[in-house]
Amino acid sequence: MSDRINEKKFICIMCPLGCEVTVKSDESGQITEILGNSCKKGETYARDEFTEPMRVLTSTVAVEGARFARLPVRTSDLIPKDRIFDCMKEIQKIRVKAPVKLGDKMIENILGLGVDIVATRDLSL
Amino acid sequence: MKNISTDIIIVGAGPAGMAAALKAYEMGIKNILLVDRLPEPGGILQQCVHNGFGLQKFKEDLTGPEFADRYIKKLGNTGINVMLHTMVMEMTRDRKMIISNDVDGLIEVAPKAIVMAMGCRERTRQQVSIPGTRPSGIFTAGVAQRFMNIEGYLPGKEVVVVGSGDIGMIMARRMTLEGAKVHAVTEIMPYPGGLTRNVVQCLNDYNIPLYLKHNVIDIRGRDRVKAVKIARLDEKGKPMNGTFEIECDTLLFSVGLIPENELSRMISLELSHATGGPFIDDNYQTSREGVFICGNAAFVNDLADYAGTEGEIAGEAAAKYLNDSLEAGTKARVVAGDNVRFVVPNFITREDSVTLYARVTQPMLDVTVSSSGGIINMKKQIVKPSEMIEINLDSEKLKKIKGLKELMIDVRPNK
Repeated sequence: MSDRINEKKFICIMCPLGCEVTVKSDESGQITEILGNSCKKGETYARDEFTEPMRVLTSTVAVEGARFARLPVRTSDLIPKDRIFDCMKEIQKIRVKAPVKLGDKMIENILGLGVDIVATRDLSL
Repeated sequence: MKNISTDIIIVGAGPAGMAAALKAYEMGIKNILLVDRLPEPGGILQQCVHNGFGLQKFKEDLTGPEFADRYIKKLGNTGINVMLHTMVMEMTRDRKMIISNDVDGLIEVAPKAIVMAMGCRERTRQQVSIPGTRPSGIFTAGVAQRFMNIEGYLPGKEVVVVGSGDIGMIMARRMTLEGAKVHAVTEIMPYPGGLTRNVVQCLNDYNIPLYLKHNVIDIRGRDRVKAVKIARLDEKGKPMNGTFEIECDTLLFSVGLIPENELSRMISLELSHATGGPFIDDNYQTSREGVFICGNAAFVNDLADYAGTEGEIAGEAAAKYLNDSLEAGTKARVVAGDNVRFVVPNFITREDSVTLYARVTQPMLDVTVSSSGGIINMKKQIVKPSEMIEINLDSEKLKKIKGLKELMIDVRPNK
């Protein structure tokens, strides 16, 4: 039982090979072994996924005065995976007004993560 | 009837069509008409709000709308006539067209060259023959995507996705982010239909179960979907005993795409069973001279980046056709061999450089991609149906192909 807790498996997405990489760690969470990867990239990928997985979050926000009801947005940079739903809550709260330009900040420094929510297209009136 | 004179008409302003228009313009053709039935250019990219676009073409990780914007901004700096809300109603073999919109009504166009870039359509429940009732709440994944990302409607709250195509997996994540519960993604094959990156980042990240070798065998519900019955499939693809039921209000189908063929059929282009699109040569010219086709209308691509590249080739070729400089060289037919579902373009005529795209039938480890005459010999660690193999042919290889009638492409295990 305790062995399994200290073993995490990841499918590497660095190339089409899709290696299943196993990361073993000790009780303090320190990585002890990385197995199953075919290359160096796979090791880095698994290490990052184990320690702090990061993602780009894309979504849409409600927009007024435009031809469409939604404006597509993204995080300007990677955010921690476990903050995705917290960020979604903030994104769902806002309503913006057209016109909007691609790259305009819809939310600045979301949840203090040092990342903005930006528009990913122009939307005119 | 109103009449518009144009050298080239391009049908569809998605990545392929926009790229074709820009390239033809760059080649010196100034009288270009680009039509699209949507109210804005960009095509399906506008509803693909997720990232993963542009890695090949721009070496950047862009969202669909950002990828589209690169082309749209360029279009704005040209004299290309972009007509939106406009549909092609009729097209004849001698390149006469009737197009229509809500301002001008019917318009006659007699272009010297045509580039078709209409994209593809989603396969539906009917095409995969799922039994059951016919309640509301059943969508193709792309339609649900448009409802959510553009119109602002959540299609449902308790969801099952049938088929593990990329759009299905992306919609599983998208609906989860907006508060829906995605109970399952089913896939009849023993491997996922879409890219690994989507299995990991759209399903695994959100603990959405992927049932490989499973299918929905019954849909229940009178007014709205109530539940689906799911069965495991045996080796022959037949449902086995021991089914289970999932209560849900929404079903999304992500069961494959087919090139849009309405116009291709109007001018009697012969369609390939393997790709679902017309036969094409390496200039993306169809069997009708002066009629070109690119992007997903020609064959279904993995990436919008490829559609852009094909559009450039078709746009350049259309421009050359107008200048009488499109060489009609000898043709070598490209044929799908072992473990190849299709390989395109179907004919090689060019002498400078050609990229072939091959889609395998089955996933395989440690293979060699080879051809008749030993001209192609590429080792690959892995091949999958979801990721086309790119085969680049330089002038030296093309010289060798010139003498051949047929170039057969095989993908075989190295053992």
